[in-house]
Amino acid sequence: MSTTTSPPTSLAPDPAAVDAPTQAAAEATVGVETTDGSVLDPTRPSTGITGAQSLVRSLEAVGVDLGFGLPGGAILPLYDPLFDSSVRHVLVRHEQGAGHAATGYAQATGRVGVCIATSGPGATNLVTPLADAYMDSVPMVAITGQVASGFIGTDAFQEADIRGITMPITKHNFLVASADEIPQRIAEAFHLASTGRPGPVLVDVPKDVLQATTDFVWPPRIDLPGYKPTTRPHGKQVREAAAVIQAARQPVLYVGGGVLKAEASEVLAELAELTGAPVVTTLMARGAFPDSHAQHLGMPGMHGTVTAVAALQKADVLIALGARFDDRVTGKLESFAPDALVVHADIDPAEIGKNRKADVPIVGDAKETITELVAALTTLQEQQGRPDLSAWWAQLDRWRETYPLGYDLPEDGALSPQYVIERLSAIAGPDAVYCAGVGQHQMWAAQFVKYEKPRTWLNSGGLGTMGYAVPAAMGAKAGRPEATVWAIDGDGCFQMTNQELATCAIEGIPIKVAVINNGNLGMVRQWQTLFYGGRYSNTRLHNRGSGGGDIEPIRIPDFVKLGEALGCVGLRCERPEDVDATIAAAMEIDDRPVVIDFVVGSDAQVWPMVAAGASNDDILAARDVRPVYTEGPV
Amino acid sequence: MPRHTLSVLVENKSGVLARVSALFSRRGYNIESLAVGPTENPDLSRMTIVVDVESQPLEQITKQLNKLIEVIKIVELDGASVQRELLMVKVRAPLADRAQVLQTVELFRAKVIDVNTDTVTVESTGTPEKLQALLAVLAPLGIKEMAQSGTVALARGPRSMSGAGTLRSAS
Repeated sequence: MSTTTSPPTSLAPDPAAVDAPTQAAAEATVGVETTDGSVLDPTRPSTGITGAQSLVRSLEAVGVDLGFGLPGGAILPLYDPLFDSSVRHVLVRHEQGAGHAATGYAQATGRVGVCIATSGPGATNLVTPLADAYMDSVPMVAITGQVASGFIGTDAFQEADIRGITMPITKHNFLVASADEIPQRIAEAFHLASTGRPGPVLVDVPKDVLQATTDFVWPPRIDLPGYKPTTRPHGKQVREAAAVIQAARQPVLYVGGGVLKAEASEVLAELAELTGAPVVTTLMARGAFPDSHAQHLGMPGMHGTVTAVAALQKADVLIALGARFDDRVTGKLESFAPDALVVHADIDPAEIGKNRKADVPIVGDAKETITELVAALTTLQEQQGRPDLSAWWAQLDRWRETYPLGYDLPEDGALSPQYVIERLSAIAGPDAVYCAGVGQHQMWAAQFVKYEKPRTWLNSGGLGTMGYAVPAAMGAKAGRPEATVWAIDGDGCFQMTNQELATCAIEGIPIKVAVINNGNLGMVRQWQTLFYGGRYSNTRLHNRGSGGGDIEPIRIPDFVKLGEALGCVGLRCERPEDVDATIAAAMEIDDRPVVIDFVVGSDAQVWPMVAAGASNDDILAARDVRPVYTEGPV
Repeated sequence: MPRHTLSVLVENKSGVLARVSALFSRRGYNIESLAVGPTENPDLSRMTIVVDVESQPLEQITKQLNKLIEVIKIVELDGASVQRELLMVKVRAPLADRAQVLQTVELFRAKVIDVNTDTVTVESTGTPEKLQALLAVLAPLGIKEMAQSGTVALARGPRSMSGAGTLRSAS
């Protein structure tokens, strides 16, 4: 990966030569191999280098291997030393793609994702991915160029107050005032992004700061007196929680994305098996606990399984771990889990009590908290024995048998989107990474892919960003080249960000895209069917017969041709009997991205469903099918 | 709704005020008054924020404020604190009414800081209640213009927000 354009002599570790600006400048091209094959330590000090060089050195020193970006005027000084850096830069086609790619990289690898853009429109194109990463607590650092300090505030060409714009959608942001503070700001940005509750951090660097002369010293002092995240849970709270859990007869482990972020899946399995309690994994936590585990009830929430939703409603104790009682999980808050005592463990104290009062609040890292809960519960069980949850499980199993996840095949013979996703899961398997856009296909991918492992399911949960899938899959694949990465996308979403397939093709990032093409903005259409009397205002993306099937399809755009134009292999599948073979064909291709146009019926719906604002008690298992769990004693 | 006074120590950096005020507007909290100024430590500023909320949202406010990286510490100043505002008010004071204006100023232990043939400018510090009372008396005379600061406050007793014997953080 490393290359050098500098003469070997300039790379000789001669301390006397370090002060000469030209030699120092050459030496600042870091991570470069010397003639004897050794790699210069990126953390070595340098004097008389540019701010841009200092920034590249800082990125190398902090361990960045990969960033996604697109250059422009204000950020241009950075791209010169970046050219020689050990940091691989992936040139995207739109800055939004860089942002989502950084998110996908971070979600798939657990490392901080990096994106780079220029000032003004480059920076504002990062707004959506930053808001997305903020909502889903994704560790990400965005570096933006800014107009030169003297121009700030003058409405200069390509000036936008990106720090002001992104204040409410970043964990923190900086405007770098001088070249000397670059190492410190970069170190702080990565520290903030990756610790505590993770989140995006933006570093805005004026052009003159990138061009100024400075010295590079690593490690810099991190000076964040107001930032002290609590990771270690309070022992008394843990013991109180353990007592509540031990006394529970209808407990539920309500597992959120924080468990994945804390790498706590293994200890979660220990806790689940120790308590024998059922587990639900939210949209952000799919994969945190194996779907195949007998104690797993599936996903709760608006499109969760009836059993997961019912279990929360009827629980006597909820153990919320790294979850935030989102409205898509709770439904109408007032009627959510009305009889439950709530143990709420989260690293962000502001989440505790925000939506639902916590009876036992625990502030701390999910892994440390769960580990200590396991220890405390082990002690309790040695004294008091294991609680008998057999009556609870008898009830849960009855619900599971009565209301399994399922779907009806379209009567007109059209391809079923759920079937496509189910087969994709079966063929690609639990080691693949699945990355969805937003809408019906996202919910089906959350429901019908069988997740067994952490970091195999990436999606835009909080912000609901259409267009997330392709660039995020690109980031995931770039970060984990050995993994098979499938983007499961809708035809609406796909048309927002598919240009990054050109990036994938050129940069050697062979992702696979399953376009679930129903010719409509499917989720919006579903709501129009259910709540707007079937008036399909502006949801049809192309003029196909509403039922599919009998009318000759008009393919605008033709996703096979589009994929091919972007350097991918394009495949199409329109019949159930071709699904397996088409997926298998895609699995065989490893040198290019693949796009499969799965032409599916437009009338399939996502079920179960709790209507927006409705109580979880009013969940419908299917259209007009109301489960009876709310009636009768448990 | 109950009134709460939050004393917030923040890093003395550009953009902190924007962050704090944006947080209040974004999360739908109402600020009754906000005053920012230097502290004994040049690296820190103190914001005194008066909000009108119930206790549950107040807890959310302090937690959300605490999440801001540049916020160092938040203390809720309850009854055991001294709280003051500064008022300047330009009152119509033709010769015929001037004695009455000056008498009011005297009664409220306020000060005249500017005077001309038509008006008198009065300065007063005190609790919001005292300033309200002063304004009520001056209003019939004709208030031409006024400027009022937000509340600034300190806890009573020897303890402070930093250093030895510190005050307990809110939430």
